[in-house]
Amino acid sequence: MFDVVVVGAGPAGSMAAKTAAEKGLNVLLIEKRQEIGTPVRCAEGISKESLKRFVEIDKKWIAAEVIGAKIYTPDGTEVVMAEEMAGNEVGFVLERKIFDRHLARLAAKAGAEVVVKTTALGFERTQNGLRVKLRRLGEEWEVETKLLIGADGVESKIGRMAGIIKTLKISEIESCAQYLMSGLDIDENYTYFYLGNELAPGGYAWIFPKGDRSANVGIGVLPSLAKMAAKHYLDRFIEKAGIKGKIVEFVAGAVPVYGEIDTAVADNIMLCGDAAYHSDPITGGGIANALSAGYHAGLVASEAVARKDFSASFLKRYDELWKADFGWKLRRNKKLQEFFLKLDDSTLNSLAKSIAGKNIKEMSVQAIITELLRNNPSLLGLFGELFS
Amino acid sequence: MPKRAVVDRRKCAYCGACVAVCNLNANELIETYLEINENCNGCGICVKTCPMGALSLAEV
Ligand SMILES: Cc1cc2nc3c(=O)[nH]c(=O)nc-3n(C[C@H](O)[C@H](O)[C@H](O)COP(=O)(O)OP(=O)(O)OC[C@H]3O[C@@H](n4cnc5c(N)ncnc54)[C@H](O)[C@@H]3O)c2cc1C
Ligand code: SF4
Ligand code: SF4
Repeated sequence: MFDVVVVGAGPAGSMAAKTAAEKGLNVLLIEKRQEIGTPVRCAEGISKESLKRFVEIDKKWIAAEVIGAKIYTPDGTEVVMAEEMAGNEVGFVLERKIFDRHLARLAAKAGAEVVVKTTALGFERTQNGLRVKLRRLGEEWEVETKLLIGADGVESKIGRMAGIIKTLKISEIESCAQYLMSGLDIDENYTYFYLGNELAPGGYAWIFPKGDRSANVGIGVLPSLAKMAAKHYLDRFIEKAGIKGKIVEFVAGAVPVYGEIDTAVADNIMLCGDAAYHSDPITGGGIANALSAGYHAGLVASEAVARKDFSASFLKRYDELWKADFGWKLRRNKKLQEFFLKLDDSTLNSLAKSIAGKNIKEMSVQAIITELLRNNPSLLGLFGELFS
Repeated sequence: MPKRAVVDRRKCAYCGACVAVCNLNANELIETYLEINENCNGCGICVKTCPMGALSLAEV
């Protein structure tokens, strides 16, 4: 009988398994892929600070460091966010193929059992906990556990089977396509964001440098607004922006842009990361929140084992922790996303013009909104209360 | 004629976006291999969501 079975060895699952194992729990981490971290479904950008909270930085999985971000609206207006001191890196672009494996190894090192090429098919309740049904190399396998942590990403079936989350609607998910391109001519000190209803309906396009003239060039669109598949928007963006380079890798994926769910727990079950729709509704970033959620889930798992209480009402401690950490931000950014979705391109241009050339020293949604409010007092009524 | 989602394996980039939006638990991503089962009612939601344009509806 395991204390915890964690489904999915992404950042959320590996962090949960590592944390629980470090607390002395008997942990099984299962991953359906044969190679953790591939194929990549990510643009790999993360702020330095949010990464440092949970892992010791290792250059092996840092592809590039950036000092700021540049945002472009359809008429080419540029908004720059950058640290004041040059050379003060605020963001990383990871090599997730290596990063995700590193995290899984940390979990293994802490004592968790790790099994790959194994899929969780479902679970049933028993007297003492749960019986989890697995398929390992085509063969059925069952394990018993006190707790199940669903860290199975955007495809999460655990959360739906447990009745914790509902299936995402096509207005609650970003459909994404990306190329890793080489031979690019870009200033590698910045990440780049391109907005516009024509360009990327309900989303944006991005260029995240990965060093040595290469970068992740991608796009996300809301299927409820998009008229074509994300890949077509990406090809059109690359052509119109005149991006010249060679495509050396293909990436597709999806990110939940749901906002904050009420609860991520049920009896014996906790969800973390994309499985709990923990990614940000404005940026689509989810690595930092996945790490945080995994960490908190691991801690609460150890408390639950110590108290022998696996009820949803006890596991709600985990809800309190992730909500206090970043849940409030998901809630706020969902409201902002709804506001931004209503803007036409010309409003977007004029809002950007109102803050173009201003010195925005921090790379965050908060910093942009603060600057927008300062220069457009009329917006106060719309979302002033979100930022007061 | 009832319809069902079909996948063009040569286009599919096995990303799981279609699994995230299917209400009927009618698809599963087995590593690099998407399976669509008989639960599919041809609602077309996954077709709209696929980033690669790898899904379409076909009569069964
Ligand atoms: C194109 C794109 C760009 C993105 N860019 C960024 C970015 O720049 N910065 C950022 O912070 N975030 C970004 N994100 C979001 C980020 O990738 C996710 O939020 C993050 O990976 C979530 O981590 P996770 O551990 O919750 O899930 P995942 O990393 O998705 O891991 C889930 C794991 O569970 C496994 N699994 C699923 N079902 C089962 C099962 N039944 N049994 C066993 N294993 C299972 C999967 O194979 C997978 O390995 C991007 C996403 C996309 C699609
Ligand atoms: S067509 Fe509808 S029911 Fe069929 S797989 Fe796609 S989303 Fe599921
Ligand atoms: S959404 Fe499209 S590319 Fe992704 S797994 Fe489904 S069929 Fe394949």
